[in-house]
Amino acid sequence: MAKYTEDDLKVELENKEYEYGFYTELDSETFPIGLNEDIVRAISKKKEEPQWMTDWRIEAFRAWQEMIEPEWANVHYDKPDFQAISYYSAPKKADPNKTLDDVDPDLLEMYKKLGISIDEQKKLNNVAMDIVVDSVSVATTFKKTLAEKGIIFMSISEAIREYPELVQKYLGTVVPQRDNFYAALNSAVFSDGSFCYIPKGVRCPMELSTYFRINQAGTGQFERTLLIADEGSYVSYLEGCTAPSRDENQLHAAVVELIALDDAEIKYSTVQNWYPGNKEGKGGVFNFVTKRGICEKNAKISWTQVETGSAVTWKYPSVVLKGDNSIGEFYSIAVTNNFQQADTGTKMVHLGKNTKSTIISKGISAGKSQNSYRGLVRISANADNARNFSQCDSLLMGNNCGAHTFPYIESKNSSAKIEHEATTSKIGEDQVFYCNQRGIPTEKAIALIVNGFSKEVLNKLPMEFAVEAQKLLEISLEGSVG
Amino acid sequence: MLSIKNLHASVEDKEILKGINLEIKAGEVHAIMGPNGAGKSTLSSIIAGNENYEVSEGEILLEGEDISELAPEERAHKGVFLSFQYPVEIPGVSVTNFIKTAINEKRKANGQEEMPANEMLKLIREKSELLEMDRKFLSRSLNEGFSGGEKKRNEIFQMAMLEPKIAILDETDSGLDIDALRIVANGVNKLKNENNAVLVITHYQRLLDYIIPDFVHVLMDGKIVKSGGKELAYELEEKGYDWIKSELN
Repeated sequence: MAKYTEDDLKVELENKEYEYGFYTELDSETFPIGLNEDIVRAISKKKEEPQWMTDWRIEAFRAWQEMIEPEWANVHYDKPDFQAISYYSAPKKADPNKTLDDVDPDLLEMYKKLGISIDEQKKLNNVAMDIVVDSVSVATTFKKTLAEKGIIFMSISEAIREYPELVQKYLGTVVPQRDNFYAALNSAVFSDGSFCYIPKGVRCPMELSTYFRINQAGTGQFERTLLIADEGSYVSYLEGCTAPSRDENQLHAAVVELIALDDAEIKYSTVQNWYPGNKEGKGGVFNFVTKRGICEKNAKISWTQVETGSAVTWKYPSVVLKGDNSIGEFYSIAVTNNFQQADTGTKMVHLGKNTKSTIISKGISAGKSQNSYRGLVRISANADNARNFSQCDSLLMGNNCGAHTFPYIESKNSSAKIEHEATTSKIGEDQVFYCNQRGIPTEKAIALIVNGFSKEVLNKLPMEFAVEAQKLLEISLEGSVG
Repeated sequence: MLSIKNLHASVEDKEILKGINLEIKAGEVHAIMGPNGAGKSTLSSIIAGNENYEVSEGEILLEGEDISELAPEERAHKGVFLSFQYPVEIPGVSVTNFIKTAINEKRKANGQEEMPANEMLKLIREKSELLEMDRKFLSRSLNEGFSGGEKKRNEIFQMAMLEPKIAILDETDSGLDIDALRIVANGVNKLKNENNAVLVITHYQRLLDYIIPDFVHVLMDGKIVKSGGKELAYELEEKGYDWIKSELN
């Protein structure tokens, strides 16, 4: 039998298609391309929003016009033409008031391809789910069960209509409209997203989950998530993302705001698998996302992310540790292959006393990809006894990829304790041979080594999703040893 | 069990093995001794299928089947086991998880179902006791931070789990204190039976006090220059490799 070499593996990988790269023919209503105040107003009108919301959007749009796209990240790409994108696309048959039985069968078929059976999700996984396709939320399951506990979980459009006072109170308090270029854009044009409110002292009995999907060509996706955990409450939240394979680059500029009031805890997990582009680096999603949470007294926010998709990623889920004794955590696995580029990390801003943060970042680079960790730990003058521990590990596969680490530390308080550890390693031929000798084929060996490398982070994911994430890692890296 | 015929091999155009012939029957223990640089580790790597070496001539037969073109994992599935001189570390992968994966890959290749978890646990318990291994050891990352003795014990533990037809022990005695050596050797002796064979590769005779060979071969400059019974090992220990050299001249 002919030897199956690494080169064969590489070929197999290159020809392996993005599993979620299908496009579903849905009857959609899509706005003409381009962006101006009229489009912003039209989106707001389409959503039947109150005047304050329209004004808020217009304010953001005006700020955005004055801003320039950031260039400091370690990524290179042709900047999107913001006038060539359609800012609103909705599957026509979506109507938030109807039940799942009325959902467009094509849409249900798409969920099936994505591996989401809503019924099964309901029964088995104890997961309440919101699904956003292109711009609008199409199904929110489990609403009734949650309502009994006083938990609000719905699309943000609905929330703006049904709970305007809550939305108005918190929207933009963590990520202001003019926070950055993409956040400003999102604030102007966001079309949907999820809203979640956990009342005082309530422990959310199930994982809450949002599934994002870009379906329509030539559209951007700008979803906005607002999650409020009231005093003493707890919630675990997961989002997943996929998109069809397309030659063009698609823009995804989301904003996620988390508010953890006194003694509350939010666990936010992301499995990001947007289309990464083909093996020549053509197409793929530009993932420019602003995620930030704020912790009041004794509160805790934990970000866990598994990032395997997107052509370019620009994303720094952060925590502002405002209250005394609050805790921020960031656990990340970022995988890049072929021509993918990722510049991702976190910001931990310590304002309160005795605040603690932990950063565990695992970067895996293969092919010709570039993978950067960028993190900021800031200890303010009043943050007595603040502590941070950061660990950044990079794993390289082959000789054509890059791993970079940009840790920034700013401390204005002499009682702070900050630790930073970093390692870079390569999957060795000797490791692979050792596994081979024990009967483990090369692909499986790499999966084993990568899973071992990522274990600390995978362990932080909710059980149901850890397995899925592990599978995703394997798919993303198959055959990329060199 | 294993027969090697006129094996020539090179690395980066340098010929290291220059026509090795070796016949190992089921139930036998063979030892290959030789000075540093004689090609001992090259021979074990080539039998295991390491692709860094070029086999230019000759055959490696396992139970009559030529395995010299097979991938390393396929040879493993057929029953070749190599206890490495320098076992590698795999961070984050526990000893248990690793051996479970190895066993199930082998079973899969041989058309069997995965081993049920309870059976696996029972087997792990049994074999780890055989090697006097601490239970905690099994949940540690593979070879990470292991002492020399722990690494070798772990190699023999894996051998015990995989039950190979031919086990090659490459310098298994290096880095072992006397207690660890005894445990490892005991393990090997208990695993040996009529249906398998062991090839011990060593620089010193020390290990052969514990694992008694049926045959001893002296490898020098890529060739087996002398073969004999276990007494040859003592003779070598006493007189040194120069004795053979002078005898050959």
